Amino acid sequence: MSGIVLDIQDLTIGLPAGADRSSAVQAMNLTLRAGEVTCLIGESGSGKSLAARAVLGLLPGPRVSVTSGRVLFEGQDLVSLSPREMAKIRGARIGMIFQEPMTALNPLHRIGRQIEEVFRIHTTLGATERRARVVKLLADVHLPDPEKIARSFPHQLSGGQRQRAMIAMALALDPKLLIADEPTTALDVTTQAQILHLIHELQREHGTAVLFITHDFGVVADIADHVAVLQKGVLVESGTRDAVLNTPQHPYTKTLLAAVPRLVVPDRPPATPGLVVLESVDVRKSYAAKGFFSRGRSTQALDGVSVQLHRGETLGLVGESGSGKSTLARAMTRLLPIDSGDVILMGEGITHLSTKAMRPYRRQVQMVFQDPYASLDPRQRVVDIISEGPIIHGTPPAEAHARARRLLGLVGLDPSAADRFPHEFSGGQRQRIGIARALAVEPDVLVADEPVSALDVSVQAQVLELLADIKAKLGISMLFVTHDLRVALQICDRIAVMRHGAIVELGPTAEIFAAPRHPYTRALFDAVPGAAWSQGAEILTPAE
Amino acid sequence: MRRWRYFGYRLLLALPVVFGILILNFFLIRLAPGDAASVLAGESGAATPEYTELLRAKFGLDRPLPEQFVAYILAALQFDLGFSFRNDAPVSELVVARLGPTVLLMITAYTFALSIGTLLGLLAAVARNTWRDAVISVATLICYATPGFWLGLMLIVIFSLHLGWFPTSGFENIAEGYEGWDRVLDVARHLAMPATALGLFYLALYTRVMRASMLEQTGMDYVVTARAKGQSERRIMFGHMLRNAFLPVLTMAGVQAGNLIGGSVVVETVFGWPGIGTLAFNALQSRDLNLLLGIFFISACLVVIINLIVEILTVFLDPRIQA
Repeated sequence: MSGIVLDIQDLTIGLPAGADRSSAVQAMNLTLRAGEVTCLIGESGSGKSLAARAVLGLLPGPRVSVTSGRVLFEGQDLVSLSPREMAKIRGARIGMIFQEPMTALNPLHRIGRQIEEVFRIHTTLGATERRARVVKLLADVHLPDPEKIARSFPHQLSGGQRQRAMIAMALALDPKLLIADEPTTALDVTTQAQILHLIHELQREHGTAVLFITHDFGVVADIADHVAVLQKGVLVESGTRDAVLNTPQHPYTKTLLAAVPRLVVPDRPPATPGLVVLESVDVRKSYAAKGFFSRGRSTQALDGVSVQLHRGETLGLVGESGSGKSTLARAMTRLLPIDSGDVILMGEGITHLSTKAMRPYRRQVQMVFQDPYASLDPRQRVVDIISEGPIIHGTPPAEAHARARRLLGLVGLDPSAADRFPHEFSGGQRQRIGIARALAVEPDVLVADEPVSALDVSVQAQVLELLADIKAKLGISMLFVTHDLRVALQICDRIAVMRHGAIVELGPTAEIFAAPRHPYTRALFDAVPGAAWSQGAEILTPAE
Repeated sequence: MRRWRYFGYRLLLALPVVFGILILNFFLIRLAPGDAASVLAGESGAATPEYTELLRAKFGLDRPLPEQFVAYILAALQFDLGFSFRNDAPVSELVVARLGPTVLLMITAYTFALSIGTLLGLLAAVARNTWRDAVISVATLICYATPGFWLGLMLIVIFSLHLGWFPTSGFENIAEGYEGWDRVLDVARHLAMPATALGLFYLALYTRVMRASMLEQTGMDYVVTARAKGQSERRIMFGHMLRNAFLPVLTMAGVQAGNLIGGSVVVETVFGWPGIGTLAFNALQSRDLNLLLGIFFISACLVVIINLIVEILTVFLDPRIQA
């Protein structure tokens, strides 16, 4: 057994009065060893990020602070260190990477300068030596043309490249401990797989202990040696990866694991394809950087996409960011004007209808949005949010309000929720309100743009169930946009895989899953975190 | 290289704007009732209709409007902004002579407001919710709410009349006949109070914007990153946050170039500063149309130029703006 690097003993982090609980983290014990990856997993609000920040003394003080316990790093209690002593350890002996690589880098400084800063702070190296080390670091994280990357500004790099640069920065001085706070959550699946691989590789090479914060069991399956499960600030279970994933002891862990969408196609009666409800024919859309004199570079967001949605079916649009999946969904609802092609709703071309002429058709196609926080008017009561649509389309207000309350029941909320405001609800509940709002006008087609991406796994499973249930009950068709293949397999009858604004593969879910034809589809399946584990195989730790 | 082409392109875009200003000014002034002839005739004491008509004919004010307009544009293109009959001198000559002091006053007030405002905003943000923050907040509120002319008068009463530190008015002490550095010092002594009176309002504004902007930056991820690197709080503030927080202030300053010229009319009048402001004030009182047109045109050009400079500065400060 290798040496203990970090030993968290009885760590309690107090929250200011008025928070939903008295402490963010309650009497947590966790031991990290050199050369091992420990995943701290939990849902939003579980206190996992605060626990990680407490190690580095980066709590958003003074109201949130460590109230008791010790954080022993190489035998030294970090909690009792002065800010000056702590600063010496940060960046030098403990490195940290964050979730959002765009905002975690200073937008005004070049990448090279930001990495060099670490050497400036902690070493006495000369300028030439510093620059050489930066280039070497960038090469170590497998960035192409490190010299050029060092001279670039953050906005000139892709998300994956920025995260690689962040990793280079965190590992600049070969720290004993690396804290990674959801480092792949903001990335596409294929990029995520690469970054996970990189962290794993570097960590093995340098014998670094890693504290890896995540909410995704797939990621845990891929990278963890040890797993610790955090529920509302309490560490409910910890152990080796195989033990926790294969034989979970605590009921909460079991619930969480059960809610993780597996990479399997559930048994479903095959949908009998009805008539075509909504169709796009050779739809093109480009975003041009417009200039008065100069010709702007244009991006082809949709490159001649033709797709048909049948009555009573769920069609999944799957792809990575920038693949055009959301653009297609918006184009088909005519929320976004298109350059050429046609959108046909119930056999009628709606491509060139004016806003006013479009209005009766609006009722037939409704959207559910990704962000349940931003998509509801914070100053409207829930009942008004839901009944606004029907009232616009001529339903008497009293009747619309009554129906709004019934709809709340349908989406699994108490009818008393009607008189409250959106901020009083959790993310999952808000998404239910969003679904009720979409259903209020009795649409034929529901377009759901990443409806579960912002939600925790357990909530995600419930919302997916609700959507499937409603679809079956009301016989509506659904266009389901997602980046997550696991989710798509759960809910879709057919899947269209999109890349660079075009559909590369389209077919029944079971077929696509069993025998993906396009190499890109195969790559997507391979990149799903914890792919092997997700398919139900037990994990066996490979022999060292 | 691309940067310079971008600047050239912005400069090119400024030309139609300037032309638009020319057109607008010409018609705006004509919308007001009365003209130079009626004013001159009125002042001469014997304003018979015949005499007024004679004046009109003499100044070309009796010709049809389109004709006057074409003549005006053609002349303006050769930088001939007409003749000021009240001052008995070409407008361009009058304006150019007054341009220097005004630009000096504006640049000083601008620099003063921007530098001190940024600094105070920074201080307030650092010492958030302490007595220092409160003092700065109250002070900015007072500066914000005080009209420039009143502030000017109070400065004169306190610092000139009571304390005798600064001269009450004027650009320099001609009687002394200073030369070289003595002259610079003399002008600076005259400049101090008008620049303060003009800049204080903007100083208060920039302090507020800077404070809010700094506080916004405090919550940013890259600040946490810098802390995670082990960077000291002082370095994080000056090395990372300052420039990010300054960008909104700069943008705002660019937008306000016009207001600053408007404010200088009042301040220059109070301090007898021989700039465009006083000239405009006098021209306005005597309905000297040609002179007013010229002043408006020149100050509009000044605003366009300041905006250009701010834009160029922003491009240099923010690499995300595509040049």
